[in-house]
Amino acid sequence: MKVVLQNLTKIFPSRDKKAGKEVVAVNDFNFEIPDGQLVGLLGPSGCGKSTTLYMISGLQKPTSGKIFFGDDDVTELSTENRGIGLVFQNYALYPHMTVMQNILFPLQNLKGKDKLTKEEMLDRAYEAARLVQIDELMDRKPSELSGGQQQRVAIARALVKMPRVLLLDEPLSNLDARLRLQTREEIRRIQKETGITTVFVTHDQEEAMSISDVIVVMKLGVVQQIGKPQSVYDDPQNLFVAKFLGTPPINVLEGKVEGGKVYIGSEAVLEIEGVEDQEVYIGVRPEGLEPCADGKLTCSLNNLEVMGRDASVVASHENAISPVIRAIISSDIKIDPSAQSVKFNVKPHKFFIFNKETEQRIYFEVK
Amino acid sequence: MVDNKQQWKAWLYLAPACILLLVFTVWPIFNTLRMAFLNGYGNMAAIGGATFEFGIENFVKVIEYKEFLQCLQNTAILCVATVPISTILALLIAVALNSIKPLQKTLQTIFFLPYVTNSIAIGMVFAAMFNIVGLKQGSAMADTWGIINNVIQFFGGEPVNWLNAGSTYVSNMVVMVIYIVWNALPFKILILLGGLQSINKQYYDAAKVDGTPKARVLTKITIPLLSPMLAYVVITGFIGGFKEYSSIIGIFGDKMGPADDAGRLNTMVGFVYDALERDRQGRASAAALILFAIILAVTLFNNNVIKKHVHY
Ligand SMILES: Nc1ncnc2c1ncn2[C@@H]1O[C@H](COP(=O)(O)OP(=O)(O)OP(=O)(O)O)[C@@H](O)[C@H]1O
Ligand SMILES: [Mg+2]
Repeated sequence: MKVVLQNLTKIFPSRDKKAGKEVVAVNDFNFEIPDGQLVGLLGPSGCGKSTTLYMISGLQKPTSGKIFFGDDDVTELSTENRGIGLVFQNYALYPHMTVMQNILFPLQNLKGKDKLTKEEMLDRAYEAARLVQIDELMDRKPSELSGGQQQRVAIARALVKMPRVLLLDEPLSNLDARLRLQTREEIRRIQKETGITTVFVTHDQEEAMSISDVIVVMKLGVVQQIGKPQSVYDDPQNLFVAKFLGTPPINVLEGKVEGGKVYIGSEAVLEIEGVEDQEVYIGVRPEGLEPCADGKLTCSLNNLEVMGRDASVVASHENAISPVIRAIISSDIKIDPSAQSVKFNVKPHKFFIFNKETEQRIYFEVK
Repeated sequence: MVDNKQQWKAWLYLAPACILLLVFTVWPIFNTLRMAFLNGYGNMAAIGGATFEFGIENFVKVIEYKEFLQCLQNTAILCVATVPISTILALLIAVALNSIKPLQKTLQTIFFLPYVTNSIAIGMVFAAMFNIVGLKQGSAMADTWGIINNVIQFFGGEPVNWLNAGSTYVSNMVVMVIYIVWNALPFKILILLGGLQSINKQYYDAAKVDGTPKARVLTKITIPLLSPMLAYVVITGFIGGFKEYSSIIGIFGDKMGPADDAGRLNTMVGFVYDALERDRQGRASAAALILFAIILAVTLFNNNVIKKHVHY
């Protein structure tokens, strides 16, 4: 089931009438989620991810715009008739019911031609439980489960009525780091096994990058970029996206384009074509900086962190906007840690320039 | 380690509270026990130099009294009728209040008003509403009826003699139940509304996603999640019900019944007061201990039921 969002907008009216300042939580969101894919909705806190998800679920009505499931316009359809499964940020498992009762609950609400017999319900509940590997825990109460187990129960409850679309609101935020890694793989596996179109909200870019087929980066209610995780990383359309994706984060410096050369301070680091002279922001991925004796960018060396296979060169530069300049290099490359400065060459495909006013990407050709 | 001087100080600070507790709580409890087991004990007689034997005669007397059984019956009926009615009504009102946005605060205040109003005053208003005012010339029948009967007449019903001379026991009880329920509502609504507002809204969103019908949300989600509050309200309701006394005074005055049948609506606590008035402290103490035993038994029973049905 593909999901289409058309000019989707949500405006929350201001609380006190005097101030009259309304919140545009989601602003003109256009997107077609392909059938059977896992979409990661990504952005900083308060950028409207949950609001988007709740509009798809029907728990919140859009101020304007339309939502389609397949070819059906579901904008005016109530939540229960949309056939969605929703996993809440804190799971919202009913605390007084056992795991079994929690999973059965949605099935017991079915009526009319969808009504199931007791046996069918039990079969379906066990099937869903097996899928998320909690069939041994059916008699426990939610309070007797670990965070990861609760999360899987919540997914089972969302899956049991075979939703057309599965929506997950920051499902991993309550888990510890290890469980988070494990559970996100599990979500990936379950999604692949069921083939249900899934929207997954997170503010953790690594999480989104690692399991999504497509990621949507949002900022202040506005979609910034949509694409495959790797292509968004490799080809950010603006400074915000470039800064938001990647750990360690991208290095940002001030610079200028003059006579076909990109200058940082007084050093020309790259020769390019097709860009007018102007002030720019420069973004270089940590893996895009190569230490080199005759490198063109000179930074003062702070320290060297060797982490097994890789080493991280921490340096600083007076034109840097990010607090440090960080380069990730193979630990085979030897650098003298006591040196005052370090020189880098830049890899052109890891090197982006952005308009200083609009912060939009400026595309160039390498000479 | 607290040294001796410090300990002495601690006791000094505790002394006022301890002395007050000893004088006004511990000693009366002990004294109640003592008087209850001294056959035929009365304060005046004791001052006059009479001595009393140790025994259970007071208890036997109390139980043999026809009045006592009447009091016990009245109290039990009032409890059994008012606690469920007021709890269910309070639950429905609290759920309704919780689900509306505009006027919620105003309505909350209105529903809470009876709580801060003197219950005797409310009783007098209720009595007036159910009363018969004035008599028809040359007939025993009432001429002008209270507002309740006016309403009944407006809808074409026959007026009822609720609480005047000649009224029936059942109609008296109906008035009492309505009045007690009315009085009990505000506190229960307040507690239940507080409970409702502390339930995480996401449970309701989850139920909505699953297409849960309203009635099922109430019985399967709201009530179980509210069960600790409901348990509290029911237990305190029963305890309060067994101590019912002032509400009878509020409606019927200190006759504790209609003019032609004083004492018909007397309660356990009323029985204790009556015995005290007649200088029968022994009998009053025995009755108080019986009341204590009943409340204890009912509360233990409630607790047992609650353990099985309350989800914390
Ligand atoms: N019911 C509401 N009334 C008014 N404003 C709201 C309401 N719900 C959300 N907002 C505002 O809308 C914006 C987007 O909120 P939303 O919950 O979608 O953010 P989010 O991206 O999910 O953030 P987070 O990562 O912190 O969960 C925020 O500025 C928030 O303050
Ligand atoms: Mg959110």
